[in-house]
Amino acid sequence: MASKKKPDPRRDSQSLRVAGDPALDRELLHSMLLQRRFEEKVGEAYALGKVGGFCHLYIGQEAVSTGIIAQLRPDDYVIGTYRDHGQALVRGITPRAVMAELFGRIDGCSRGKGGSMHMFDRHTNFLGGHGIVGSHVPVAAGVGFAIKYRGGDQVCVCFMGDSVVNIGAFHEALNMAALWKLPVLFVIENNRYGMGTSVERAAAVDDLSRRADGYKGMDGVVIDGMDVHAVRTATEAAIARARTESLPSLLEVRTYRFRGHSMSDAVSGTYRPKEELDEYQTMDPIFSLRDAMVIAGTLTVAEWDAMEHEVAATVQDAWDFADASPEPPPAALYEDVLVDTTS
Amino acid sequence: MATKVFMEALSPTMEEGRLVKWNVAEGTAVKSGDVLAEVETDKAVMELVARGDGVLRKQFVAEGATVPVSSVVGVIAAADEDIGAIVSLAVGVAATAPAAAASSSAVTASATSATNTASAPASAQVTAPVAAPAVAPVVAGSTGPTRSSPLARRLAREGGVNLGAIAGSGPGGRVIKRDIEAAMSGAGAAAPSATTASRAAAVGDFVDEPLTQIRKTIAKRLAESIGPIPTFFLTAEFDMSRVVEMRTQAAALGDDFKVSVNDIVLKAVATALAKHPEVNAHWLGDKIRFFNRVHLGMAVATDDGLIVPVIFDADRKGLRELSRESRELAAKARERKLTPNEYTGSTFSVSNLGMMQIDQFTAIINPPECGILAIGALEDTPVVLDGAVTVRKRMRVTMSCDHRVIDGAVGARFLQELRRMLENPLMLVF
Amino acid sequence: MPIITYREALNQALREEMSRDDRVFIMGEEVGVYNGAYKVSKGLLEEFGENRVVDSPIAELGFSGIGVGAAMAGLRPVIEFMTWNFALLAIDQVVNSAAKMLYMSGGQFNVPIVFRGPNGAALQLGAQHSQAFESWLAHIPGIKVVSPGTPYDAKGLLKSAIRDDNPVVFLEGEMLYNTKGEVPEAEYLIPLGKADVKREGSDCSIITSGKMALVAVQVADQLAKEDIHVDVVDLLTIRPMDVEAIYASVRKTQRAVVLEEGWELCGIGAQVVDFIQRECFDDLDAPVLRVHQADVPMPYAKGLEKIAKPDAAKTIAAIKQVMYRA
Repeated sequence: MASKKKPDPRRDSQSLRVAGDPALDRELLHSMLLQRRFEEKVGEAYALGKVGGFCHLYIGQEAVSTGIIAQLRPDDYVIGTYRDHGQALVRGITPRAVMAELFGRIDGCSRGKGGSMHMFDRHTNFLGGHGIVGSHVPVAAGVGFAIKYRGGDQVCVCFMGDSVVNIGAFHEALNMAALWKLPVLFVIENNRYGMGTSVERAAAVDDLSRRADGYKGMDGVVIDGMDVHAVRTATEAAIARARTESLPSLLEVRTYRFRGHSMSDAVSGTYRPKEELDEYQTMDPIFSLRDAMVIAGTLTVAEWDAMEHEVAATVQDAWDFADASPEPPPAALYEDVLVDTTS
Repeated sequence: MATKVFMEALSPTMEEGRLVKWNVAEGTAVKSGDVLAEVETDKAVMELVARGDGVLRKQFVAEGATVPVSSVVGVIAAADEDIGAIVSLAVGVAATAPAAAASSSAVTASATSATNTASAPASAQVTAPVAAPAVAPVVAGSTGPTRSSPLARRLAREGGVNLGAIAGSGPGGRVIKRDIEAAMSGAGAAAPSATTASRAAAVGDFVDEPLTQIRKTIAKRLAESIGPIPTFFLTAEFDMSRVVEMRTQAAALGDDFKVSVNDIVLKAVATALAKHPEVNAHWLGDKIRFFNRVHLGMAVATDDGLIVPVIFDADRKGLRELSRESRELAAKARERKLTPNEYTGSTFSVSNLGMMQIDQFTAIINPPECGILAIGALEDTPVVLDGAVTVRKRMRVTMSCDHRVIDGAVGARFLQELRRMLENPLMLVF
Repeated sequence: MPIITYREALNQALREEMSRDDRVFIMGEEVGVYNGAYKVSKGLLEEFGENRVVDSPIAELGFSGIGVGAAMAGLRPVIEFMTWNFALLAIDQVVNSAAKMLYMSGGQFNVPIVFRGPNGAALQLGAQHSQAFESWLAHIPGIKVVSPGTPYDAKGLLKSAIRDDNPVVFLEGEMLYNTKGEVPEAEYLIPLGKADVKREGSDCSIITSGKMALVAVQVADQLAKEDIHVDVVDLLTIRPMDVEAIYASVRKTQRAVVLEEGWELCGIGAQVVDFIQRECFDDLDAPVLRVHQADVPMPYAKGLEKIAKPDAAKTIAAIKQVMYRA
């Protein structure tokens, strides 16, 4: 089945969604599919009251997390926003721990105290989903500062939404990151809407990547976020720059969310037409890669079905695990407010 | 496999949803992700999407109906699949849902009315008596409840001091620590208020009357006494025939010699006290002060209540002088004209309810004194005298003794002395 | 014992802790080349170099966030705010990032950071530069709030704050930097969360902290001449608060005045009064009174500013009132 891709006037990068190294393609495909099916299950869990509060799904944007995080080293750092389930999974937090966190259970990656918006994991240097727009961008710069302070060669990847480019914290952080040459990738996931406000109605700039122009030595790059290979290729260079030259980059990854801003928001409506959603869904990053692989003969339909089954089983296992995990005991209420140690 | 279509929680706060419109008719093929219906949540109109592939076999909820989250609103299944079990289950749910809603609102309603009916009589009960005193004339000079600092209350409780009897020196009359300390050291008795309390006419079942200062002082003193003072009582019956004879004979001598039986009793008590300083004493906490002088307190009933003016050096005064002074003090007490130095400083007290036909009673010690004598009425009593029954004037006295100072025998010896004097009143002249 | 200024005491604390632990660095506006707006960081750039004494742009939100990130990644930042008035721009990082990180990460990421700088009014600086933020900050679980009044306390507490594995808000005072006091040469630490009784007395307690501790001591010494003996409880740390020290003092004196630099409504004093009424109700012989700034933005005019501020005369009046000697 051929990919019915239309040229997208909003995206500069027109790289073909072609298959590359079969093993890598399979890995990327699996990574994205796990996020997709996992989040569909989260949507179901939310509908049945298993997941509460604000819950922001990542569906449609999987190529961004997979394209970037999959090439990081274990000692690198990742920090993101409240739309953090996909990044947490790609970074290596187990589906069980992420699902249990969503269920608010003791086996969640934040012991049930964070929830959908606050996934954390010390083992994978996953520094959290953060709930205040823009707030975590200076924190990412601080991680870069610590890397440089110690003379390390790690990088810190900071995911953010398109609305962040208009907030003060973003500019303060980018200024200091450029000024002090901090090894940070600032990744704008431009899904075209900050909640219900389009980028055009919020930012006085055409290309968000041009925000980098204000900061000496900072590269601004536009990337097709529906193509995992494009994301991968473009960020490879930025990661290398950060690692070897300790230089920050601003990456604008153009993507699209297929769901509403959060579980309680409409998928489409006054702020974006249904047709636009339909159009973007034809560029689905997962099915595009799948189809390209099938055409290239590196993936059979049977293999795809097997992958779907394996992922479904993993997701179901995460659900069962989360559902069986106990709620945090009342004693946990007063734990983790302060540590009682000094150094 | 069939997929149930649930009313989903499409917002974090959504508890029920109204199915606005079915976008897919029964019998239509649907794929996962297709919009089945529009649902109005508490926030917005949202889309309910299919979570499985197949045919929308059944719609269980009509357009416009509202059902709780997690209700089954439809079923997606293969065209030929048996969905009988789901149908019967879903129909049951759909049928009970409105009923449940109705019964829950009924519960709310009855709870509300229960609250109303329960509160109505309760408030009536509470407000009526409160309102009653408000109709009664307000006593001039009345005050509200005693204001006091928490510390003062605690000290009063620990020290057995009646807070209400103390005039506070803090702002707005607040009783504070120093007032309690003063009261406990005995110097803090508040001066009687000059306000004139008139007893309110009885309207209704009862009348609340604010405490006068004197009533507060009485309460304080007496409570202080009965609490911490280990008191015991000695009762004796005296033959008063000779006293009565002596009084009659004296009165016959003219007005200058007219005294009451009570005056003679006072004189006898004073004289006996002079001989028994061991009962003429003050308990001062860390010491006992025995007096060589006799300052005799005499309880006087007034319209406000009890007050105890003092006849100073009563043992040194002749009957005539003593009688005159006791009359004057009693009169002043009734007119509320006593000055503090006229009712403080007594070393022992006498309370006489004989004129009220009380045969015998126990009086409460007026601290820091250690004893008080309660005098009963004179009565014609048949007694055996020299082997024959004869009628004599008899009087019962009861002495209350602070055991910390006065032991039983000590008190008894004093009463023996008093008996000797009253039964031989000639002794009082010497 | 050497007598040094509050400023020098803080400088010593920074120098000693930076020497002891190379993860400690200081960042803020003018901390390096300029030697500090109030010269607290004087000489540190020379000694430790620009990696560890970092001049930041005027971007409070940005550099306080950088501090949080650096702390999450294992460093021990000391973030200097030129004044706490400017820190309002960074309050998101103090409240939403530093204070909550440990909790929302389920205990995985503590943030060992010190946010420090002058707090409260100086002289005629006007409304935007004359504010005391103790109550704002102490409201937040997940941080500690320290407010020393003397050079000795400043040094011992700052050293403890830097070694603490939690976020610590450290409130200094512009008017305090030049004040002097004895500071031992030998190293010492003062534990966070413990109050210090600065004067002992049996007649009335003053509960206070920071700059107001100096006023309280002055009041105590003055009233001693009138045979009124005041117990001065200097909280030193406002969160966590040493409530036992407050209870012990109030149970002894049976009356209390709470003296603070901030405003009345929802102030530190309001909380102290609540602790007292809960635990010492039966010990109180008078309502607890509070002395605080007038409920207005700080005026510029000298005379108005003076009457707006809490001071010794207002404190003495309050003490006499609770002693019923007014």
